Amino acid sequence: MSYSSAELMIVNAARLLRDRDVVFVGVGQPNLACNLARRTHAPNLVMIYEAGVIGARPARLPLSIGDPTLVSGAASVCSMYDIFTLYLQRGNVDVGFLGGAQIDRFGNINATVIGDYSQPKVRLPGSGGAMEIAAWANRCYIMTPHQKRRFPEKVDFCTSAGFLSGRAERQAAGVRGGGPQAVVTNLGIMEPDETGELVLTHIHPGVQVEQVQENTGWPLKVAEDLCVTQPPTDEELRILREELDPRGVYLR
Amino acid sequence: MSKLCSLTEAIQQYVHDGDTIYAAGFTHLIPFAAGHEIIRQGRRDLVLARATPDLIYEQMVAAGCARKVIFSYMGNPGVGSLRIMRAEMEAGRLEWEEYSHFGMISRLQAGAAGLPFIPMQPTATRDLENANPLYRRVTDPYTGQDVIVLPPLRPDVAIIHVQRADVNGNAHIWGILGEQKEAAFAAEHVIVTAEEIVSEDIIRSDPNRTMIPDLIVDAVCHVPYCSHPSYTQGYYDRDNEFYLQWDKITASREETQRWLEEWVYGVKDRAEYVEKLGPETLARLQVPERLSAPVNYGAY
Repeated sequence: MSYSSAELMIVNAARLLRDRDVVFVGVGQPNLACNLARRTHAPNLVMIYEAGVIGARPARLPLSIGDPTLVSGAASVCSMYDIFTLYLQRGNVDVGFLGGAQIDRFGNINATVIGDYSQPKVRLPGSGGAMEIAAWANRCYIMTPHQKRRFPEKVDFCTSAGFLSGRAERQAAGVRGGGPQAVVTNLGIMEPDETGELVLTHIHPGVQVEQVQENTGWPLKVAEDLCVTQPPTDEELRILREELDPRGVYLR
Repeated sequence: MSKLCSLTEAIQQYVHDGDTIYAAGFTHLIPFAAGHEIIRQGRRDLVLARATPDLIYEQMVAAGCARKVIFSYMGNPGVGSLRIMRAEMEAGRLEWEEYSHFGMISRLQAGAAGLPFIPMQPTATRDLENANPLYRRVTDPYTGQDVIVLPPLRPDVAIIHVQRADVNGNAHIWGILGEQKEAAFAAEHVIVTAEEIVSEDIIRSDPNRTMIPDLIVDAVCHVPYCSHPSYTQGYYDRDNEFYLQWDKITASREETQRWLEEWVYGVKDRAEYVEKLGPETLARLQVPERLSAPVNYGAY
């Protein structure tokens, strides 16, 4: 079956989740990835949303992070202060999904501003929950299309900490979360090496390494044991298209 | 004591030029009717605080009510950017003060709890701390480690929409709770708007659901469909189509002003707005029942 770039990213992100993970879900593609994982290899995935919903079982695709479908049938609902303290700050969240306008060499994310902060060239939405998720979730995954402007060597503004200038700097900051574990794009997957620098470890079927390099804003290291990802299965695509996003809002 | 009054009266009495307003609700229960009434009454120089300014503050900014926004995520949820607020900020015509969601609600929590400041764990990145001088670092007296602190946020007025309230202001809320309770306790004055006004007996039949007690409430207004195009859990759905449509309306300033003329200045109050929405829209937003199991409090 043929598939879109978005479907490729969502399927590969879903495969990174483990059964029984407690995952802090964002709207859009991460939401689809989590729901796909729950319907395939991770039936006991616990989805929590920053609006204060724990164990959501959304019956329809939520447009917003606070859709009422997240509440009906959920295990628990609490205030935002509780979700960020009792769940995230306390260490009860395994996985965070993040995106952003810029991701840099060390997995730092900019979702705040392009250009100068006080005189913005492009004013972006800002942190939302991302600053704390990146710091305190045990593992973070980043999903974003692979384009050069999205992958500069250094972000204009660090909304969410990856490894800063390297693992040592994040370690010295003393935050509890392990930082970004993988960046999933439409071309492949990058993972941090022992210094925290993103290295190309997987390419998707039919993608050339040169193509990834051309779309990355720094000289990208390539893993010696570079792998090719398994293409999305018919069943994964069927669940996405028929059950999760029948109108194709996030799949095209 | 009954605090029941019209929303027009409540805004007249409690919202003044220059005030800091917190119109609460995370996606859910956003009190659009109150925002529109503030626009109609021509309030100016307001400081508009909300985690997500959403369409309600964008409309108030477009109408010229605001001097400054305090926020933690400035987008049209699930759609894109808030075009007008973004353009005003990029052009340097609108002041802003920015937090993460956690920073924003921590400030409310400090205000609600009567604390001088509130500690949070560091997040490794310092860029937002550097951009907003209200973020400070102090030494934890027990471990010697750095902690981040923020001061309380104490709005002049909080506007809280709820499913049901009695005339004294005891209010039941269910569904996404957002920062409703913290905003109410943090504020100097509290306006409650309710889908339904119910007897005190109904409130007392389920006290665990009372998020807002009457003792902090100044005004109670009966405003059905107050939160359209946001939603009220169990009463009506979020009007996602309008959120998508707003993105097109705000592509042009003229179109935005025309919308304000028609839907805000052109109606007297929310009842007229709802009539104007029409039966088709209301039918589209209807939601089938899904009742919780009753609980037994026991007759002691």
